[in-house]
Amino acid sequence: MQNRTIETGVGLFLLAGMLALLLLALRVSGLSATPTNDTYKLYAYFDNIAGLTVRAKVSMAGVTIGKVTAIDLDRETFTGKVTMEVQKSVNNLPSDSTASILTAGLLGEKYVGISVGGDQALLKEGGTIHDTQSSLVLEDLIGKFLLNTVSKDAK
Amino acid sequence: MRRKSLLDRVALLGHGAIEIVTILGRSGLFLVHALLGRGGIGGGFQLLIKQLYSVGVLSLAIIVVSGIFIGMVLSLQGFNILTKYGSEQAVGQMVALTLLRELGPVVTALLFAGRAGSALTAEIGNMKSTEQLSSLEMIGVDPLKYIVAPRLWAGFISLPLLSLIFNVVGIWGGSWVAIDWLGVYEGSFWANMQNSVSFTDDVANGVIKSIVFAFVVSWIAVFQGYDCEPTSEGISRATTKTVVYSSLAVLGLDFILTALMFGDF
Repeated sequence: MQNRTIETGVGLFLLAGMLALLLLALRVSGLSATPTNDTYKLYAYFDNIAGLTVRAKVSMAGVTIGKVTAIDLDRETFTGKVTMEVQKSVNNLPSDSTASILTAGLLGEKYVGISVGGDQALLKEGGTIHDTQSSLVLEDLIGKFLLNTVSKDAK
Repeated sequence: MRRKSLLDRVALLGHGAIEIVTILGRSGLFLVHALLGRGGIGGGFQLLIKQLYSVGVLSLAIIVVSGIFIGMVLSLQGFNILTKYGSEQAVGQMVALTLLRELGPVVTALLFAGRAGSALTAEIGNMKSTEQLSSLEMIGVDPLKYIVAPRLWAGFISLPLLSLIFNVVGIWGGSWVAIDWLGVYEGSFWANMQNSVSFTDDVANGVIKSIVFAFVVSWIAVFQGYDCEPTSEGISRATTKTVVYSSLAVLGLDFILTALMFGDF
């Protein structure tokens, strides 16, 4: 009788441990059961990717449709090459779509926003988005603003 | 007391070094014999289950209670700091990462050393001082197999599970304070957490840490009990040593593991 309660207790303890791992996986780390092979790769070249990180969201109309998987410097053009994985369910992006690096909120994280173009041809696996808009760098903006005021004064 | 000559001091140093190496070697051999000895755990799973109960299940209460309070405190402190920068949504991310990477494995291992490790040492030490271990040997039963191995395995199995439970309970406590009490928006609390916590980097690394801690703490506890002087004073000294050595080992190893896992080199 006493043995039975001990065994039940240990069984419950093991179950609780496994349940905890499951909770951590699903609820805390947001691990989803969907396999990653139903995505396709897209590339985009930005003049400045300042602040964008790997695993950042790729979104369209505010809906997340993929994520950034790699960021490298292109040796030929000295631009930042961003590799994105976009869900296969969104395989009807026109080839002249625009990619821009945006900020969520005032101090939030950077993400890539894609806006639709009008071309009939579609972006394929390994395709490149040519029309890009770089990340907004506050220092550049202030610099431009100051330059503007100076040139106005000179007139 | 007679003044020691220089040579005596050197000899003392050598004596200490030899003693340390001897103890290390003896504890290593002890571990190998207990884990890889003939036929593994004696008495089958019955003994292991009994030990899992006393080592794991009975430690649940302290783990759950401290988990809740640590999660709540983290949440409260994080909220107070983050709210100055207007980013109190990040409190979920902060609580989850702190618990999964550091506090979960480390605090659980420290509590485990105090709650279960000291009990293991005292129990085995008492068996030794009342000559139960030698009588087992006399009747041809290997005490390493029947007494030590089940306790070691029970420690290895239960500490990682306890630390997972600690993490879950801590995150729950943190979310309770942040969402229900301080009024952080629930959606952004969980979404921020899920965006920043990765399963392989954070959850799995935390589990690896706690497996290493489980190994070290159970090893120290059982060895100190088995190796203690068979007197009541010896048992008390061994119990103290268990808690001190395992706490130091856990904290030191934690730094090394963190440097290997998150240090980028």
